[in-house]
Amino acid sequence: MKGSETVVNVDASSPRPSRSPRPSRLRADGISLGYEDVPVIEGLDLDIPDGQITVIVGPNACGKSTLLRALSRLLKPTRGAVLLDGELIDRLPTREVARRLGLLPQSPIAPEGILVVDLVARGRTPHQSLFQQWSDEDEAAVRTALDATGTLELADRSVDELSGGQRQRVWIAMALAQQTDLLLLDEPTTFLDITHQVDVLNLVHALHRDQGRTVVMVLHDLNLACRYAHHIVAMRDGQIVAAGAPAEVVDAELVSRVFDLECSVIDDPSSGTPLVIPTDTR
Amino acid sequence: MTTLGLDTPGDGSAPLPLRGVVVRGRNYSMRLDMRAIVVCCLLALGTVLAGLVSLSVGSFDLPVSEVFGHLFGNRTEASEFIVGRLRLPRTLIAAGVGFAFGMSGAIFQALVRNPLGSPDLIGFNSGAALGAVIVIFEFEGSRAEISAGAVAGGLIAALLVYAFAWKRGVQAYRLVLVGIGAKFAVDALVDYELTRADIRDVREAAVWLTGSLNGRGWDEFRTIVLALIVLAPLAVLMQRRLDRLDLGDDTAAALGLQVSRVKLALILVGVGLASLGVAAAGPVAFIAFVAGPVARRLVSSPNACIVPAGFAGAFLMVIADLAARNLLPTEVPVGIMTAAIGGPYLLWLLHRQAQTGAL
Repeated sequence: MKGSETVVNVDASSPRPSRSPRPSRLRADGISLGYEDVPVIEGLDLDIPDGQITVIVGPNACGKSTLLRALSRLLKPTRGAVLLDGELIDRLPTREVARRLGLLPQSPIAPEGILVVDLVARGRTPHQSLFQQWSDEDEAAVRTALDATGTLELADRSVDELSGGQRQRVWIAMALAQQTDLLLLDEPTTFLDITHQVDVLNLVHALHRDQGRTVVMVLHDLNLACRYAHHIVAMRDGQIVAAGAPAEVVDAELVSRVFDLECSVIDDPSSGTPLVIPTDTR
Repeated sequence: MTTLGLDTPGDGSAPLPLRGVVVRGRNYSMRLDMRAIVVCCLLALGTVLAGLVSLSVGSFDLPVSEVFGHLFGNRTEASEFIVGRLRLPRTLIAAGVGFAFGMSGAIFQALVRNPLGSPDLIGFNSGAALGAVIVIFEFEGSRAEISAGAVAGGLIAALLVYAFAWKRGVQAYRLVLVGIGAKFAVDALVDYELTRADIRDVREAAVWLTGSLNGRGWDEFRTIVLALIVLAPLAVLMQRRLDRLDLGDDTAAALGLQVSRVKLALILVGVGLASLGVAAAGPVAFIAFVAGPVARRLVSSPNACIVPAGFAGAFLMVIADLAARNLLPTEVPVGIMTAAIGGPYLLWLLHRQAQTGAL
């Protein structure tokens, strides 16, 4: 699509490239993140647009998973704040956060021998208590989640027996059963073959389309990111290099700045979104 | 995998094949794992039967009728001494200590995600033993003080093992290796305490340190009953959270758990159960280690099965005590019997884990 005037202006008129004009329930405000004194991200601002699919891309170790961990409160910023519905996410009770925001980490662990339905049922945890272990709402939510992910037929199977793609659907079903408006997915397509990658991303798209959920994903594949994202966030070295609609921000210059990759960007013949073709440098 | 019936949802579609049965009232709903309940009942029954046999046989056999007579108030001079003073307290202690060890083992094995992570293998019980021995020899402490010493020793051991195993979180294999190392170090300290002590105390202490029920009376029984009354309900309450931790720390946190706090609480309860078990019967090996896997296999559950593990521990411990008293010509400490069962299982498990690459 449009090529040259793409990348976000970082001049005085718009000092915060990642501030989106759409309303935003989840925001990062000048956050710095790190592990054991090793800074990964410093002074980052980000608004997650409501009701859209936001995809974070960037080279390995650019801080994209770290950012997702902070947005979901798994990692406390050393400076700045993550705001959920205008409140400091660290101040909110953990359960309250879990009712508004769901997260599927990169490598969740399925207990040996657990049934699909029992795993998905665990997504109901923040809605349950010692005396309210299984309500009608729980039953309905789990059924809906199984249905939406096409795993209802697998309900009585052991998770161990499933293929990688099926298993990923089951994990997404668990996050769905949590019934949060905000859903954060950390590399949901890793270890999947191309068919199942597309499969999972179509599922995510359907969740947005049918249920109006806000989704934030970390993805490796830039072309799939361009196809499925409404809002793409490109990161490098803990900084946001550009953020916006893929058609407006993704061009050869951006890819070069973010990935050090020489390429041309054309329109995807199937979806019309930007398609990155690495230059043949042999 | 057995799934049992459940109530039907309003829309008439087939109910979800959830594990267990849902029981509903106006203000509550519970999911009960029927298979776990059946297993607990059977193990409890087995424990009672083994206990009755244990009360009647020994160096002086007493007919079961006389044992029953004693239990229901019709006491004879012989039954008063043999059952009331000797066998009843030790059998009850065996069941109670087995229950505590079983629960503690199930908790730690789930936390570490490895059957090798049980408190008797990774030094927590040794720490409790050291704490108890120090109080006995250095301070000539009372029963309560010995128990406090055991709990303190167990907690310090657990703290040190976790601290040394910590490297951006705790990896199972690191914890197990550090724990086994710590166990050797702590056992050396126990030996050091023994060399400094009076020779007559040492003999008694040595028996206690292999884990023995011989000469245990109603004092030790009170220790373990108190431990169970306080800690067992906490362990039961934490079962749900432990099941969520099984999904990985990040997933558990995303489901609304305060992961560090839950882990700390589980460690405190687990160490408390193990240490008070040690205070009552010495560091009896392998009950904590075996009970969890046995319970999990019987219930065939993906969960940690804290309560069934308690019943399995009680059953195994009473059987071990019965065997320790009667199998060989002379009575041996119960710790030797449990080691005879647990040792081969440990070897098999190590072999299997080495093959599958879990360790």
